[in-house]
Amino acid sequence: MRSIAAPLVNAEIKPYFDAAAEGKLLIKRCRDCGEAHFYPRSICPHCFSERTEWQASAGAGTVYSYSVMRVGGPFVIAYVTLDEGPTMLTNIVDCDPESVRIGQRVRVVFRPTDGDSVVPMFAPA
Amino acid sequence: MGACIAGIFEHPARKAPDKSVAQLHAEVAKGALQDAGLSREDVDGYFCAGDAPGLGPLSMVDYLGLKVRHVDSTDTGGSSYLIHVAHAAQAIAAGKCNVALVTLAGRPRSEGSSGTQPRSWAAAAPDGPFEVPYGAATVNMYAMAAMRHMHEFGTTSEQLAWIKVAASHHAQHNAHAMLREVVTVEQVLASPMIADPLHRLDCCVVSDGGGALVVAREEVARSLGRPCIRVRGMGEATKGQDGGKLDITTSAAARSGRIAFEEAGVTPADIRYASIYDSFTITVLIQLEDLGFCAKGEGGRFVADGNLISGVGKLAFNTDGGGLCNNHPANRGGMTKIIEAVRQLRGEAHPEVQVPNLELALVQGMGGVLSSRHGSATLILERA
Repeated sequence: MRSIAAPLVNAEIKPYFDAAAEGKLLIKRCRDCGEAHFYPRSICPHCFSERTEWQASAGAGTVYSYSVMRVGGPFVIAYVTLDEGPTMLTNIVDCDPESVRIGQRVRVVFRPTDGDSVVPMFAPA
Repeated sequence: MGACIAGIFEHPARKAPDKSVAQLHAEVAKGALQDAGLSREDVDGYFCAGDAPGLGPLSMVDYLGLKVRHVDSTDTGGSSYLIHVAHAAQAIAAGKCNVALVTLAGRPRSEGSSGTQPRSWAAAAPDGPFEVPYGAATVNMYAMAAMRHMHEFGTTSEQLAWIKVAASHHAQHNAHAMLREVVTVEQVLASPMIADPLHRLDCCVVSDGGGALVVAREEVARSLGRPCIRVRGMGEATKGQDGGKLDITTSAAARSGRIAFEEAGVTPADIRYASIYDSFTITVLIQLEDLGFCAKGEGGRFVADGNLISGVGKLAFNTDGGGLCNNHPANRGGMTKIIEAVRQLRGEAHPEVQVPNLELALVQGMGGVLSSRHGSATLILERA
């Protein structure tokens, strides 16, 4: 099993990793422009408003792109487009790496890292 | 009147276990000044990026014993050195300096650093916590751009392999190149898979070394009796993940290229030689599309059948063998791209790959990672 490096968590993103530890995927949505974004920021990257809020994602999405890393692997790195809109970097797990395809439906799962944090990954839906 | 690249030097070393990075910077600085016919005392501007050890120009100006009135340490990864040329031209036009020295050097081969490893600087970046746990490395991130390009446009591994084949045809004539063997499409496809769909031979080499440039006010450059290579157009741009609205099949070269072409008053149809950053084969293909050498999605057909081989195809590229075959000092490719374009415009490329009567050349650089965040810079150079 590949070791999963722990993220360097700061105050701005702590709620995201606190939620992940409880098995929940959060994204940010802007109350002014209405757009969701990822990775989460306090100020909206789309309209620069400070009125962003955490929102629970349903944890369902589609593989936008992926690659099977053969060096130190195999493991699958991927971009998954969440049903709420934003695309996030992740890994696809709990499946044969050779079976992953663009357009495939996936659902969120959670994995512990080398440190204290838990991170979201995705598995075939 | 404008600014000209008056001196170039590419370090001949591809492995330098017994030298320091600062020492390599000094060696290339000396080489470029000697090439220009200038002395250290003529230098009044200094440019370096993140490969320079210590606190950028503060460390290096002191180490080199320079006395300058203008410094710039813009760091956009491997595209930095194209931006340095542009900023040097702007500084010269603004009267801030007359002779600018730009240096790059690094020892990733001796230090065991390559694009298959997690990116060490990423942890404290704002996107680091959302990238580091997932094993993001340079190669698998570029591989995702290739995978998506194949999905959207039907691009094939065979088409990507043609880019490596063309580079290898050029590298056979470069005595300093790390990989001088001419390879075939079949050999590229038979090389081990590193990160699907990129094979080992889709990836650039890892090398030590470096390079340097002297950018001079045109009056100064013309007094030196060397060919004067004028900076005619320049563009810079960055692109990221756009808050999660991802598009990884188009790079910031679409914007930097448009700016540079407009400033130069020329079009891709006027370009017969281009240095195109080539961390991976897909990097070349996407930038060629974005620069307008072909339509988006047509890159696979454009690069196939030797179209990038000097004397064979319509657009000669990276006639030194590029990063794919020659070298990739500091894991940053922009410097060597500029150097080979200047050689072509001077008529000093290897006779087997020299484009005849060349008056215009394009240089395209990319830094960072195409599928997450990257810088792009485009230069249009002319023999003045």
